[in-house]
Amino acid sequence: MPLTPVDTLESASAEREYVWTLNFGPQHPATHTTLRLVLTLDGEKVLNAVPYIGYLHSGFEKLGEHLDFNQYVTIVDRMNYLSPLANEIAWHHAVEKLLGIELTPRCRYLRTILAELMRMHDHLLNLGTTALDLGGFTAFLYFFQQREHIYDIVELASGQRFHTSYTRVGGVLFDVNTDWVNRVRKFIRDFPKVYDEVDRLLTKNRIFVDRTKGIGYLSREEAINFSAVGPVARASGVERDLRRDEPYLAYADLDFDVVCSRGGDCYARYLVRMQELLESLKIIEQAVENIPGGPVNIGVESDMVLPSKPAVYRSIEGLIQHFEVIMPNRGYEVPREQIYAATESPNGELGFYIVGNAETRAYRARTRPPSYIHFSMFPHMIRNHQLSDVVAVLGSINIIAAELDR
Amino acid sequence: MVCLSELQQKFGAKIAESHFRDNRRIDIPAAVVLPLLTSLKTEYGFNMLVDITAVDWLEYEGATDRFSVVYQLLNLDTGERLTVRVPVNLPDAVLPSVYSLWRGADWMEREVWDMFGISFSGHPDLRRILMPEEFDAFPLRKDYPLKGRGERHNFPVITRSGS
Repeated sequence: MPLTPVDTLESASAEREYVWTLNFGPQHPATHTTLRLVLTLDGEKVLNAVPYIGYLHSGFEKLGEHLDFNQYVTIVDRMNYLSPLANEIAWHHAVEKLLGIELTPRCRYLRTILAELMRMHDHLLNLGTTALDLGGFTAFLYFFQQREHIYDIVELASGQRFHTSYTRVGGVLFDVNTDWVNRVRKFIRDFPKVYDEVDRLLTKNRIFVDRTKGIGYLSREEAINFSAVGPVARASGVERDLRRDEPYLAYADLDFDVVCSRGGDCYARYLVRMQELLESLKIIEQAVENIPGGPVNIGVESDMVLPSKPAVYRSIEGLIQHFEVIMPNRGYEVPREQIYAATESPNGELGFYIVGNAETRAYRARTRPPSYIHFSMFPHMIRNHQLSDVVAVLGSINIIAAELDR
Repeated sequence: MVCLSELQQKFGAKIAESHFRDNRRIDIPAAVVLPLLTSLKTEYGFNMLVDITAVDWLEYEGATDRFSVVYQLLNLDTGERLTVRVPVNLPDAVLPSVYSLWRGADWMEREVWDMFGISFSGHPDLRRILMPEEFDAFPLRKDYPLKGRGERHNFPVITRSGS
């Protein structure tokens, strides 16, 4: 297996015969998904790591060129499957920017709440499984229970727990009701208690701190040079959050802090994610109390949005509109232009580069996946650490193989 | 803020600028990629490379070039974004690698090579990344069919007796 030339061992292995190679993955409980690392070890010390990816490659970007803007949302769902709605929101954010659609205030707030719920969803699993890999089982169970509540909330809105396919061009599939709002309120009320419990379990836990502090260090300059984004970059002191720096949806109206740390190690990334949970909760609380009334979708006169199901079944205008949007030889005006638009997904900047070609499907649908960028830093971060630190670093950069390979 | 006339003065008049929504784009010829991106990084503060991707224009009406390679740059201090588009044509689809400027370019360039067959000279390790090494097509090119060309059937199968 050829090692990466830039990562070549400084000392030739001939004089260090005890250097051995360990194949980590593609199926390993601590990788959580399908990814493979070839580790070169000196005893327990990792001299080099070479990642091999592509085991889950299923041609999402090619499919994006063959499915229309609404259909492709079902595929985008399956990229970062820990926060499916965040991907959908990012995709339709880019599509709507290409089409020049201005969303209704209600939709902007609704999507903000869902995006933040997804951030919590992602962070909860990431923090839980990081603790699990490092030997702390309880925190994982506590956080997983909270994820179940988020699943319930999402199910109530969209009818699906996991791959929701909830957003549509110009709006969402269904509006939410007061029952849903109350469910979110209940979650906001209950969550801090569980958070405190996990905080007490992990944050000052001697074993957990020893396993994460000083591990996988990434300086600010390196983070920028490696194109790191999101919590990984913020834990290295890069003050960058698209929610604040390029406000989209309803973020401009809401009050929240961008969480940063100067630590740069796994512990700093843990702390940043923990604090972001509280910030997300703050955002959700403000948004859910101020959610405006009015329609959730833009008007059907724009010719781009799907009409509501009752309108399709009970009126001829609705049926015609539905037909015009759905049928491949119909559709609406799409600019022959290119756009790059990004949102702050739980893992960082999730961007889409879309080329429009007068059809209701993209000519090119490029995803800029944060996991892909973060995994390329992994060999750099793990070098000269112990074998057992591999799982700590892998957990802290939150690699989602489905997003990695697409 | 990058001034177009300054760039044109330094790197020739073939540099054009366009806007769409809030995206600001410059089109540059392939010959000046490395000096121009170096200048953008060192003099104009675009310290972060957000993305490198490519577009195949084969089926696009009115397109003159076969590919574009698209760089998304970001100035972290001012928050300014810039899209740099470079036309690339067959048969010598080669661009200089920007690995020396941003190490984040490593996997991005490997992916463009893997999916489009545009190679980057000076890249330290230009291998396929998502497709297997034996794969001999470039799947995101427009002349490659959605359902593939049956490559999977021709992959060598490792059997118990033959391994």
